[in-house]
Amino acid sequence: MNAPRLSKQVISLVLVAPLLLFLVVFFAFPLVTMMKSAVSDPVAARALPATARAVAGWDRVSPPTEAMKTAFVADIRQINDDQLFGDLVRRLNSAKSGFRTLMTKTRAAASNAAGTIDLIALDKRWADPSYWQAVSVAASSSITDRNLLAAVDLQRDASGAITALAADASANKTIMLRTFVMALTVTVACVLIGLPFAMIAASLDGWKRQLLLGAVLLPLWTSLLVRTAAWFILLQDTGLINSALMQLGLTSGPVPLIFNRTGVIIAMTHVLLPFMVLPIFSVLIGIPKNLMPAAASLGAHPVRAFWAVLLPLSLRGVVSGSLLVFMSALGYYITPALIGGAKDQMISSVIAYYATGAANWGMAGALGLVLLSATLILYAVYLRLSSEREARA
Amino acid sequence: MNVLRFSKLVFGSATVFFLIAPLIAILPLAFTDSVFLNYPIPGYSTRWFEELFTAGVWQRSIINSLIIGCGTTVLATVLGTVGALGLRDRQLSLALATIKTIFLLPMVVPAVVLGVGMQLMFARYGLTNTYLGVIIAHTVVAVPFVVVNVLAVLQGIDRRLEQAAASLGAAPVTVLKQVTLPLALPGIVSGAVFAFATSLDEVVLTLFVAGPNQRTLARQMFSTIRENISPAIAAAAFVFIVGTVLIAVVLNFSRGTKQANG
Repeated sequence: MNAPRLSKQVISLVLVAPLLLFLVVFFAFPLVTMMKSAVSDPVAARALPATARAVAGWDRVSPPTEAMKTAFVADIRQINDDQLFGDLVRRLNSAKSGFRTLMTKTRAAASNAAGTIDLIALDKRWADPSYWQAVSVAASSSITDRNLLAAVDLQRDASGAITALAADASANKTIMLRTFVMALTVTVACVLIGLPFAMIAASLDGWKRQLLLGAVLLPLWTSLLVRTAAWFILLQDTGLINSALMQLGLTSGPVPLIFNRTGVIIAMTHVLLPFMVLPIFSVLIGIPKNLMPAAASLGAHPVRAFWAVLLPLSLRGVVSGSLLVFMSALGYYITPALIGGAKDQMISSVIAYYATGAANWGMAGALGLVLLSATLILYAVYLRLSSEREARA
Repeated sequence: MNVLRFSKLVFGSATVFFLIAPLIAILPLAFTDSVFLNYPIPGYSTRWFEELFTAGVWQRSIINSLIIGCGTTVLATVLGTVGALGLRDRQLSLALATIKTIFLLPMVVPAVVLGVGMQLMFARYGLTNTYLGVIIAHTVVAVPFVVVNVLAVLQGIDRRLEQAAASLGAAPVTVLKQVTLPLALPGIVSGAVFAFATSLDEVVLTLFVAGPNQRTLARQMFSTIRENISPAIAAAAFVFIVGTVLIAVVLNFSRGTKQANG
């Protein structure tokens, strides 16, 4: 690399630095914080510092030592913050049920009497090493895979092996499957409408093409919220679609279109259709105009020319468009939240529920990580495909 | 062949109808004098526009949207334009190509995921429930649009114009001010418009980062649809749609003048 090239490179790096710094601090760092919250579990380590030191030498199978018990009682006496105590109990109880009553009993005893307390006399569960295992695991580590496992409906049992959660304990797999099916349905609907529409637009010219493209661009530029509001109004039981259907005598009562799957799919297809049409269109206008007449002049029936020439050539646009639509649909929140019912909520709604409703940052982070990974993988495939196309052009 | 042409006409018109009709159908409802969002409209009035511009919550949310939208536009346009200037070479080194990908990534990451992370991080630094926090959050998702728009224009500029200015003795800063930026202006303007529009429409990050005092118009619309739907929604949608069409006209105009110049 010669000197002018090098200095140009330095100038470029100086120019991109402010935005890069901004995005590292306010885009990458929040995502890292979210991922950390998925695996971090500092409650027990913070609440039980002396116990953490005392259990360090324990083999986790033999009966609890005196040092451990003394340290544990000392730690419990140190906890003045009810919030912290509650978090600790929740943490321990999630590892082994029974801790809720045990801890309440122990705390009461520890605060009522000074000096040493015979924990085993207080409750014989304290003689059981499995309770101490839970305390030891929780106190000595501030990292956990509990949330990540729970995000895919798994857990660690008492021995540390990974097992499936009870069917009624978690519904995350159901929600992921539902998100996948809904995103796929929207993608298929967009292909079925978008591919013929892009082909028609590409076959026209002049004002007709402008009209068709304008019809795609206007919704794309219109606020997502406005489009969702429009569908909310149209799909109501007393909305325009139902009154039209009843006027035409096609149905006697209103067809349920809102707060169910049908409504969400219709609205999401409307919102995402431009992302399907535009990539297909841009591929189609790059195809030489004389290919179809050439196929015809060689004796191909128009249907055969379509199947053998035009469709394979437009497939690349269909793949790009499908990836864009599917990727965006996976993370949809507003449209299902407003148009869908309880059974049409996608993974984003569950993440939002854990974050704002239940204040369970660990689960919000773990599910967020699942969604983020899926999206980034799809985006990488999309980038790969579009850079290949650029290289060909 | 006529069958094909006919089916093309039918399918094309039906799809145009599907795309456009919902947006047109809600426009008249903004002028209803009833409290219901139903057709047929019993009578016409401007009461819902009055509600929109005078009722406390709506008025406050419009002002908030303007404050946050302007803040976002300034921040995103400055950062995005400077960043795009660094990425204008057609052959980017690996480092710069990676940086370009990073610049576009906020368009891709699901808003709820980013929202959770921002809420956690912003709470730690006292940025939640502040205007600055919301402006920063909006800028993160708006800045890729500025980069894309400015970059598209920059890559169309004939480099020889800048070289000519430099060879005539203009200092690099003068070249930037007198040649590059004026030529890039249409891209900067469309980037700024996109940034403003992105901020105006943003709901999810606002839900996570903003407090009740930073409630924006989009956020207010979201909770109105969710909790107690009223025709004020149609009035707000009317303002949005008319605004969009005006913006499209402005953008077309700025592109038109660019073509006329070039």
